[in-house]
Amino acid sequence: MKRIRPKLAVWKFASCDGCQLSLLDCEDELLEIAGEIEIAHFLEATSASAGGPYDLSLVEGSVTTAHDAARIQEVRKQSRFLITIGACATAGGIQALRNFADVREYAAIVYARPDYIQTLATSTAIADHVKVDFELRGCPISTRQLVETISAFLAGRKPQTPPHSVCVECKIAGNLCVMVGHGTPCLGPVTHAGCGALCPSYNRGCYGCYGPMETPNAPSLSAWLGKLGMDEDALKRVYRNFNANADAFRKESERHDR
Amino acid sequence: MIVKTIKVDQLARVEGEGALKVVARDGVVQSAELNIFEPPRFFEAFLRDRMYSEAPDITARICGICPVAYQMSAIHAMENALGVVVDGPLRDLRRLIYCGEWIESHTLHIYMLHAPDFLGYAGAIEMARDHADIVRRGLDLKRAGNSIIALLGGREIHPINVRVGGFYRAPRRRELQPLAEELKRARDLALATVRWTSSFDFPDVERDYEFVALRGEGEYPFNQGRIVSSRGLDIAAAEYDEHFEESHVEHSTALHAHIKARAAYLTGPLARYALNAASLSPIAREAARDAGMGPVCANPFRSIIVRAVEVLYACDEALRIIDDYEEPERPAVEIEPRAGTGYAATEAPRGMLYHRYQLHADGKIADARIVPPTSQNQPSIEEDLKIFANAWLDLPDDALRHRCEQTIRNHDPCISCATHFLRLDVDRGG
Repeated sequence: MKRIRPKLAVWKFASCDGCQLSLLDCEDELLEIAGEIEIAHFLEATSASAGGPYDLSLVEGSVTTAHDAARIQEVRKQSRFLITIGACATAGGIQALRNFADVREYAAIVYARPDYIQTLATSTAIADHVKVDFELRGCPISTRQLVETISAFLAGRKPQTPPHSVCVECKIAGNLCVMVGHGTPCLGPVTHAGCGALCPSYNRGCYGCYGPMETPNAPSLSAWLGKLGMDEDALKRVYRNFNANADAFRKESERHDR
Repeated sequence: MIVKTIKVDQLARVEGEGALKVVARDGVVQSAELNIFEPPRFFEAFLRDRMYSEAPDITARICGICPVAYQMSAIHAMENALGVVVDGPLRDLRRLIYCGEWIESHTLHIYMLHAPDFLGYAGAIEMARDHADIVRRGLDLKRAGNSIIALLGGREIHPINVRVGGFYRAPRRRELQPLAEELKRARDLALATVRWTSSFDFPDVERDYEFVALRGEGEYPFNQGRIVSSRGLDIAAAEYDEHFEESHVEHSTALHAHIKARAAYLTGPLARYALNAASLSPIAREAARDAGMGPVCANPFRSIIVRAVEVLYACDEALRIIDDYEEPERPAVEIEPRAGTGYAATEAPRGMLYHRYQLHADGKIADARIVPPTSQNQPSIEEDLKIFANAWLDLPDDALRHRCEQTIRNHDPCISCATHFLRLDVDRGG
């Protein structure tokens, strides 16, 4: 008897495609995953597309147009489980910098005919629009965590993606603290784990790809960063990257925006 | 009047989303538009007032498929503005990480996006059911490219170790040795890939493109070189704006680039090969010759062979760099901010990527301009469609639709760079 496999769909909203590429970057696991799960809709990989409903939807990207705001409602209706992958889908992405500016001015800077451009004034996370069952952090997500999340879904358990800070990952890796040891500004104390403390392992301060950790104390970190020489504008900018619209980072950047 | 309409809602196996509209009347194609609907993300706007040092990591997020290209064009343009020259081992390491991106991105395109067109599959996963060994070979080759980026850059997508002036940490010689072992195997796989792709059936068509690519001094171009064309253009990156212009058309959120007072041009593997084939390494040159490639390839369907040749070259060049590598004294050169304008073009896997930045005296960005390869190729892709579709109008709808999609995929468009969403809409009249 033919086994009925769960149906997977991959959806794209405003994004760089990097997080869905992470699925194709699972070179060792891709064909095994495809054996366990029916890849029913994944435009970047295949022109075959099976209709919904889907057992698991992976959603990449943020909502930046009225059309996409309507489309995510449809995706939700068609999906038993909906998991957002990456900083765009979970926090609005780098394109959420428009939320702190006037999008009409932005359009006029980039396009000769801004009147041809249809866009919303904000870039928002998927969870601002529909119920999300699980969020996978990162800009980009980690392939290891992606495989873990799909495996957990198949096994009917919760994915193991610890919500502690990058600092814990540095301790596990045995890294010297770049802030204490070298005076290098680092967002590790307030940033969600997942990358494996990549930047400090390369003698660089964390720049917050995974967004805020579970209980961040950003004002305290900012005071330390100030002592290392960062001025108010630098403090504002350091929180305004790929997770600028995540609550804790947005509030902290606004505290330094004068 | 003969009237017929074909629609495809979404074109698959491209990076991003776009639509296609072909209009024919009485058996003659009147116009072909590649519509790009990717929502705009406004990078050039929010780069203003960021520090010069932030541009590589911010612009990497334009494209998850070719982030190294964005980082490289950004750092070279910034170094140009700041009067810094980076050479020696640091320059070689930049070529090395670029080799990784070409291997990874080209192999993705060859095996997962493009080959299924020639072999009649919806995608690589479907192809794996009949040709598991071939798909595994592709995944192994792709992994070798990713291994380079992960080692030098920290991770495959949006590497963290690249900075204006060099790197945060330079690798030790012994760290590169395991990579060399993997690359030797990858080079064999790449050679097999050239042979495999050259066995496909190709439509017998040619186009009279003006090819535009960088030309390095005695080396196949990645990071540096003059911008040259097959019709005599030969300029520095700083002269790009004098010779090229962009226009904004209503059907696209990507800007279209043209050579001033001339027409559409083509960048990417076909252009690099036509303008630099003599600089390929002997093994890559020989493989190209054995695959039946002349000094110029003007059939865009055969671009898959040229990509395979470039993957072979990138494996070979990566091995050369690893073999010659001497650890630099410092991972990066010192930078002093100053006011100025900087220009750079580098060779992203799918074509030339131009960045220009104007900096304030404190190092903050006053103005940014980015011209991705797909915006440059879009007019040529539309011309391909217009010319080729004429001969195919009598085909059954499914076959015509497939040929049109393939015509777009020939150029590996990265619509997230230019922008997204391909929908085929053939209007044969009324």
